[in-house]
Amino acid sequence: MGASEALTDPSSLYNVGNNDLSDTETVLNVRNALASVQNGESDLYDQFVETIQINNRSDDALGAQLDALLKALSGSVACIDVNHHRRILSGIFGMSLWDHKPHVMDALVDLIISLAATSGKYLDNCLNMLIRHFVPPPWVIDRLWQNRVIVQKQDVLSRVHGALLKISLLVPLAPSRLLPMLAQQLPKINKKDQVVVIYVENLLKLENSSIGQVGGGMIFMMVMERLRDLDLEIDWDDILQDDSNRGMFDMELEDAMNEGDELPVGSLNQDTSRGKIESLDKLMVACFDHLESCNLHGRLDQVFEKLFDSFENFILNTYKSKVSQFLMFYACSLDPENCGVKFGSKLLDIFLSSNKPRPTRQVSLWMSAVAYLASYLARGKFLPVSYVATMLKRLVDECADYCRICNDDIRPEAHQLLYSGCQAIMYVLCFRMRSILDVPRFRSELIPLESILMHRLNPLMVCLPSVVAEFLRQAKAGGLFVVSDSFIFEDLLESELSRAFGGCERLDTFFPFDPCLLKSSNSNISGNFIYWSMVRPTYDKDDDEEEDDAEIIVNGDEESDEEDEGDLDYALNKMSITPKHSFKNKMERERLVKMPSMIRPSTSPESL
Amino acid sequence: MEGLKLTNAELMVYIHPSKSGNKLKAICRELSSLLFQYDETFDGVLLAFDVTVKSKGAKILAGLNPYFGVKVEASLLLFNPKPNSLVEGKIVKISPETIHVIVLGFSAAVVTDIDIREEFKYRMRNGEDCFVSSSHKRHVLKVGTMLRLQVESFDEEVMHIAGSLLPANTGCVKWLEQQSEEALHMDRDDHKRRKIA
Repeated sequence: MGASEALTDPSSLYNVGNNDLSDTETVLNVRNALASVQNGESDLYDQFVETIQINNRSDDALGAQLDALLKALSGSVACIDVNHHRRILSGIFGMSLWDHKPHVMDALVDLIISLAATSGKYLDNCLNMLIRHFVPPPWVIDRLWQNRVIVQKQDVLSRVHGALLKISLLVPLAPSRLLPMLAQQLPKINKKDQVVVIYVENLLKLENSSIGQVGGGMIFMMVMERLRDLDLEIDWDDILQDDSNRGMFDMELEDAMNEGDELPVGSLNQDTSRGKIESLDKLMVACFDHLESCNLHGRLDQVFEKLFDSFENFILNTYKSKVSQFLMFYACSLDPENCGVKFGSKLLDIFLSSNKPRPTRQVSLWMSAVAYLASYLARGKFLPVSYVATMLKRLVDECADYCRICNDDIRPEAHQLLYSGCQAIMYVLCFRMRSILDVPRFRSELIPLESILMHRLNPLMVCLPSVVAEFLRQAKAGGLFVVSDSFIFEDLLESELSRAFGGCERLDTFFPFDPCLLKSSNSNISGNFIYWSMVRPTYDKDDDEEEDDAEIIVNGDEESDEEDEGDLDYALNKMSITPKHSFKNKMERERLVKMPSMIRPSTSPESL
Repeated sequence: MEGLKLTNAELMVYIHPSKSGNKLKAICRELSSLLFQYDETFDGVLLAFDVTVKSKGAKILAGLNPYFGVKVEASLLLFNPKPNSLVEGKIVKISPETIHVIVLGFSAAVVTDIDIREEFKYRMRNGEDCFVSSSHKRHVLKVGTMLRLQVESFDEEVMHIAGSLLPANTGCVKWLEQQSEEALHMDRDDHKRRKIA
């Protein structure tokens, strides 16, 4: 049949408002038109192409025409030839659901699904075309606060997700082809747009669907990588107006955060930094919401494994990320018995894997893992004391073993694992000393600690002075033990020796779960977070003027008036070495630097 | 179902030295990366494999990373539907113009209306789309039916089969098998009658 038999008036082809019979006729006519292209007669075909390229939302008649054409094309997919009908195909793949009314959207989506399922040649193009919708056009981004735009967004994205699911049902291998495309179309970090947030929201929605069963791991990898990249782009030192290079780890601006103040932004690069901070904040919140919904559906356990894999891949080895790691913290806080326990155990396993014979030495990784573990155990409000005690015991045992079998090298770099392990133990005890010492069983598990700290490798001299000082102060006050040499650090927050063991990544000053600096993210975290100001140390914080050093128990000479412990406890307390210095002297006590709530080398006096 | 074959192959798998601790795992991992992909050497899509390590020695490749090659014997399950062969799959979607089928759980097959023989007509029954044979009322194709179809072409990249229901021996598997059983039965009866007579 040649084109001459086809109707010359295109509008009659569409026959709007019709019954089944004329639908079939329409399909037949379209098929004829497509077939006739090969014979060189393409008038109708050209008109089809023109109709598809019209982009006028408001014209209802055109919309109806387009609708009918798309439906007819869905019925003639088998007649579309990839070579002869290039123009109409590129027209179809160039269309966007954002430009059309819902009924046209439906027709277009059906056509795409038919194309994808009917021939393998169009599958990739169809998937790409659908994924492109995850990046809304600029006019949508600019008006996201308007109600009708919100409705439009919902209309488009729900249809896109529905189409992706239907295609994966009809073509089982589609998800595996989809994933690399998702990675490719992930928007680059843009200073002004928050397009990446919308894209990631859609990615997470996919993770929740059946496609996520196949590709959830890869989706989390993409998201984690993007979070990390954005995190690293932000110059946190610039933000916090810290011109000193030495304060590498975070400051506890808990007062500002608790009052809901905005983060003080430096005058330089204000716009770009603020834009990136907002993007990162929104991304984190989107991820938190997703994790919460996973938890509600009982999937968090399964998701956690994938989450940890992507954390291990991208975050564990990145020492400058300030915020991304809180994804793990949040996931653990949602499900402390399962995920919370698993996170700690996995980190500990990584640290302990240093004992197994390995082809490569990954000292930085092991040190990073133990630093994460320490920060996690210290800050996780939802972690029961028994769990913290168990973890501490294993760390103590590991360090004790190391001390027994170590070699004679006295350089700090040779024993990085021991020092990072000891510092981890001391850091956790700075936060948890009181609760651990309150339970005799946990207290007795810490007995080997004394010999470790007294070992010839001298962890107390090498580890970060601020941590050591606070630890010792609390240890003495709690009666854990008393160390004979006095450790006077003269306001040092770090020392050459600690720098030596920390290495070039400064793992000696690495406390990854220091308070989150982003406002919205922090509001999700703060309920489960232990701030330093919340910690009740074994000594009395306000008590600097007191002459009465009743809390410091010194080898049976003094008795404690305030801490009236039973005789048994008192006997246990006497695991101390005869002190040369007595802490009755106020001057000496002052020389011990207390752990400041603002951990940074500052020229201004500390505020309490 | 045609198109499936089991072959034995002698393979040389090259493993990175870091994996020397667990060779079998490394070998399985290498072969797993080939699963559900069309391989020219094997001439088919690898669906499953079973591996035994043949020799204890291995040849070390000279180079920057001293990979070592382990000889293995593997039995491989391959899928390569040639044109005009028959495959079977489950119908997942029916529309007036197409029938969508999934073969072996991973390959998408499509039969378009030009490839469906005249006897099948599209009907909407009880809200369900189906194709009913006009000559045999009980021969119905609907969602969930196991369908036997003839392969027209096989797209190796996306594992897509273009199928046809034109030949008479294609259609619903259950119905076709019932038919052939009855035919066998009738043959036997005929035979008996002739014998008695």
